Amino acid sequence: MIATLLEVSGVTVTFDGFRAINNLSIQFPPTGLRAIIGPNGAGKTTFMDIVTGKTKPDEGHVIWGEENVSLLGLSESDIATRGIGRKFQKPTVFEAQTVRQNLAMALKNPRSPFAVLTHRRTAKNAAKIEAIADEIGLTDSLTRIAGELSHGQKQWLEIGMLLAQDPRLLLVDEPAAGMTVEEREKTTDILRRAAETRSVVVVEHDMEFVRRLDCKVTVLHEGAVLAEGSLDHVTSNQTVIDVYLGRGHA
Amino acid sequence: MRILLSAIAFALCAMTAQAQDLQTLLQDNAAQIAKPSRNAIGPVLDDMVATGLPQVPTFLEQWSDKNVWQNEDTGTFFIATKTGDTLTLTDIDTGAQSTAPADGFKQLKPNGGVRRVIGTALVQFQLIDPDTTRRAAALESIARRPEAAQLAPLMASLDGEDDPALRARKENLITILSARFAEDPADRIAAIEALAEETSVESRAVLNQILATKPGVATTLPDANIATQYDPMADPDANHAALVTADLATPLTTPDDIRAAMEAHIIDGRVGNTPTAQLNTDAARATAYATLAAAGTVPPLIGIPERDNALQSHVFFDTYTEDDPAITTAARAALDQVETAVALAQTVDLGLDALSLASIYFLAAIGLAITFGVMGVINMAHGEFIMMGAYTGYVIQLFVPDYTIAILIALPTAFAITFAAGVTMERLVIRHLYHRPLETLLATFGISIALQQLAKNIFGTQARPLTSPAWLDGAWVISDVIQISYIRIAIFFLALFFLALILFILKRTRLGLEVRAVTQNPGMAASMGINPDRINMLTFGLGSGIAGIAGVAIGLYAKVTSEMGADYIVQSFMTVVVGGVGNVWGTLAGASLIGGLQKGIEWFNPSNTLAAQTYMILFIILFIQFRPKGIVALKGRAAAD
Amino acid sequence: MHNTFIARNPSVLWFLAALGLFTFGVTILSEATGLGLISTSFVKTLGKTLCLCLIAIAMDVVWGYCGILSLGHFAFFGIGGYAIGMWLMYARTEAIVLQNFSAQTIPATPQEISDAIGNQIFGVVGSSDFPAIWSFADSLVLQLAMVVLIPGLLALVFGWLAFRSRVTGVYLSILTQAMTLALSLYLFQNDSGLRGNNGLSGLQNIPGFEQTPQATISIVFFLASAFALGAGYLFFAWVISGKMGSVVQGIRDNEARVRFLGYHVESYKLFIFTITAVVSGIAGALYYPQAGIINPGEIAPIASIYLAVWVAIGGRGRLYGAVIGAAFVSLLSSWFTGGGAPDINLGFYTIQWTDWWLVLLGLSFVVVTLYFPKGIGGLFDYLVRKPS
Repeated sequence: MIATLLEVSGVTVTFDGFRAINNLSIQFPPTGLRAIIGPNGAGKTTFMDIVTGKTKPDEGHVIWGEENVSLLGLSESDIATRGIGRKFQKPTVFEAQTVRQNLAMALKNPRSPFAVLTHRRTAKNAAKIEAIADEIGLTDSLTRIAGELSHGQKQWLEIGMLLAQDPRLLLVDEPAAGMTVEEREKTTDILRRAAETRSVVVVEHDMEFVRRLDCKVTVLHEGAVLAEGSLDHVTSNQTVIDVYLGRGHA
Repeated sequence: MRILLSAIAFALCAMTAQAQDLQTLLQDNAAQIAKPSRNAIGPVLDDMVATGLPQVPTFLEQWSDKNVWQNEDTGTFFIATKTGDTLTLTDIDTGAQSTAPADGFKQLKPNGGVRRVIGTALVQFQLIDPDTTRRAAALESIARRPEAAQLAPLMASLDGEDDPALRARKENLITILSARFAEDPADRIAAIEALAEETSVESRAVLNQILATKPGVATTLPDANIATQYDPMADPDANHAALVTADLATPLTTPDDIRAAMEAHIIDGRVGNTPTAQLNTDAARATAYATLAAAGTVPPLIGIPERDNALQSHVFFDTYTEDDPAITTAARAALDQVETAVALAQTVDLGLDALSLASIYFLAAIGLAITFGVMGVINMAHGEFIMMGAYTGYVIQLFVPDYTIAILIALPTAFAITFAAGVTMERLVIRHLYHRPLETLLATFGISIALQQLAKNIFGTQARPLTSPAWLDGAWVISDVIQISYIRIAIFFLALFFLALILFILKRTRLGLEVRAVTQNPGMAASMGINPDRINMLTFGLGSGIAGIAGVAIGLYAKVTSEMGADYIVQSFMTVVVGGVGNVWGTLAGASLIGGLQKGIEWFNPSNTLAAQTYMILFIILFIQFRPKGIVALKGRAAAD
Repeated sequence: MHNTFIARNPSVLWFLAALGLFTFGVTILSEATGLGLISTSFVKTLGKTLCLCLIAIAMDVVWGYCGILSLGHFAFFGIGGYAIGMWLMYARTEAIVLQNFSAQTIPATPQEISDAIGNQIFGVVGSSDFPAIWSFADSLVLQLAMVVLIPGLLALVFGWLAFRSRVTGVYLSILTQAMTLALSLYLFQNDSGLRGNNGLSGLQNIPGFEQTPQATISIVFFLASAFALGAGYLFFAWVISGKMGSVVQGIRDNEARVRFLGYHVESYKLFIFTITAVVSGIAGALYYPQAGIINPGEIAPIASIYLAVWVAIGGRGRLYGAVIGAAFVSLLSSWFTGGGAPDINLGFYTIQWTDWWLVLLGLSFVVVTLYFPKGIGGLFDYLVRKPS
């Protein structure tokens, strides 16, 4: 077991002179839950863009896994197949396809066009899909078109697709947005269980939901880490109160 | 020779001929005057000119115009006009008038050749004629047919010339004539060196005439002014053909000759000793031919070795028609210098061409760029809006005969019509297809085919003229090489005007502010009280309206057809895509790049516009690979989506 | 294996059955069997229509399923036609030349034969030398290979360049349009080696079958086209039915999401772009021997746009929709433009359909895009739903 699964160090990104990420350094262990909070424009989404290969940083390193591979310069799909899954803020499932098709597409299997073309349905894959559907509570909806699902169900389906990918690091952007209290609880459970075997990073706005997650919290501000620790620890930090909580609660 | 003669004549005239009158001189040469021949008339004319009498030019002109009559009894010459059967006679020397019946007189009718010789003799009088237009006409006639004899009178006339333009022209012609005809080689070289400073077609033609060559072939290099000597093997076929023409070699035995020989000498199904059925290879035929040749029935085979032998025993060269190497060397140096200057001027001309093409592309594309940039909508019917603008101009010209007024009416009308068409299209179709850009592309394509066919149904398939006002005809001629037509200049300024106007609207008006807001973040703009619907409608109208104006401009220099829009639409797309979407400067950059590129490629391969277009499109495809967002790309997170 | 595939896709079976029935019916009624209820020229029209249906399903896969609005697939169609046309023209000219030489007393050398063929073919563009691209024109096998290889290679290179730099949406459409425009402009040149704007002609005469009546040849090509359409339909239905279909439609709906799932989107697009290009080439190779002539005008950008129109009117995202669209619009188009439709006299104006058909087509296309995005194929949804 290694101590650090993903290490981001000294990363800087500028857009037209605006420093979205400023000398950011942050590490994630192989298992466990982590919440990232911060005000708008703190660089949360840009941070995920960098890790998943959507945005190339101007400087810095992103090192992954046992072999200390640099993720910079790899394509999004390469990074994804190496074990990083990402859930977007807005639920993005393939609405024209069934829940089962959505999950089957995400299932960890060879990704090359030829392998996909000659892909056959197997009982093993079907069992995996059933298991995941059970986990996210969509067993009854497997044959439904994803577009017909409720907002919360779509969020779960997307989390389910992430689980199907069997990633080692899960980046989840505001999973609780627009959910009822009941749905939130269920989401928290799913994420907690997932974090037992892998690293789960939740980017959140909602302090109440973060508290529910009950995990280590990293506060981002102006593209850099402002504070890190338990929720109580960071919420008592005066700078955090000034730049973030103070505004939020005012 | 002629110069020599006239010089002698001048000398003679100074000593002897002062008191003579013209009639006496004419009588001395009466036979020559009455029945002139081109070859013999020269000395007589020289004598006449040598008298220096003021009545000579008048006589020469009247003679050339067939107004000189001769009294059949006395042999006296008169200038006369015939009215009915009566002649009004004018005495050649005194100008005294009288009348006489036409019966006793004979009209002199010098033939064309003679009249030309007379004309040349007249030039020296015309050169000092008090009337400037006649002097100018004389100079142009010299420029058209430069002759050695004209040099002396031309030089003589220079002193009295007081019109600066004509004086400059005379000096210019003296240089040109001296370069070719001056007696002293030093004078010629000096004139040639003066020509090196000019880029006019005339002076280049003179230098090229001096450097004219003729090809030659011989066994040894002759003692002549050799321009070039060729490697005999560089172009063996052409050189051998020259040898054959000069009767220095026998033509190659062609495959057809061999075949004919075979056919002519079939004996018992065999040629030589080979059965005809086996003559289906070159080797077999060669063997058969050799057999025939050995027997003497056919001439010996002239093949490649024989040809090469012949070539190698000869020299191939070009000789200058001018014998003096010093002069040809000077002319070569001068021509090189002129050609460098011409190349420079052509580059400038190419730049102007490219600029004017870029203006047209800019006009055609800017409307598209606005709609594409602001609304993310590709309007495939944009080209048809250009066409509508052009047809608007055509229709207005049918009713307004004054072209200037017609164009002034057409520009705003075309804008209004296409603006209305654009707004209608936006309201009826495009509004329903936002966020479905590919379907917008197809729907507007449907409109495009419908509009194109509609135009065909209304106006027919043949091209309609959109005539420019007279003051836009012609071209601004900077030199023989650099010139640009006024229409293109007008289009350039029109493009400039629209660039300024659009920048003004976008940067300085409320509408522009709102347009930019909608471009950058439609949701946010809507929440700030900007009605995106209205902005989209106006933007689309504006983009279409500019297309209409571009249509009038394009129609002025190209033909108006129902397909003219289609000719510009792909070019316009390229301009927008290459330049970068949503940016006026981007469109300008794109238009300049594509206009410059197209002219540049045509420069390298001027004969083939199709190839030029092909290469340009390939270039653009590659360009997009490296700058997918165009030259002027939006940066930041807005561009990432 | 096909049992399960067809069992899951009953519409494929329906389509193949309908196609088989249609083919059988036309064959029976054609002049080739002696009944002659369908004229040879109409058999050719139908055969050509089947080829258009084949390229339409290729277009549907690349656009309707993968979301790439290619405005250049007719370029591949044309290349296929040119590839087979080169052999047809060469072989036929060779036969004529040999015929001429056989009358002479001295047998011809290979060089003389080649010169004579070159003269026959390239005389119209003032040349008699064989350009390098005709090197394999004497070999049917190699030219058939080119029908597949050249569109495939072109699509591979072009697609690789375009997808690699993430050119998408309307940009990609314009780029594909530029590609086909460049190709047609190139072919319009006399020194392109393919006879400039004269194109290749006489393709309906099949070398070696000079004595066979056109009635028979037309029905053979009709059957071949029907077979190709059936095979192509089956192939594409198979490609898009399984997980490949999921991924490809995922790319259409949300490219970035597919990428973050770990699929190399560019490879998939390239795969789809290339196989559809190859099928387009095959469709072209079957079409032009029936049309008899191919020239660069055939691959002008407008042709590819019409292709998109057919698929949109037929209903994209379903293979049979593409077939219906291509067949319906192209047959209707030839009926209208061929003067088949009666003119309408309005009293003050007579609508002549040869003039007004394009206006009608253009406007109906707008209407379909606006109000019937599912096209004609969308009607089948009602048929299917009603009983259930």
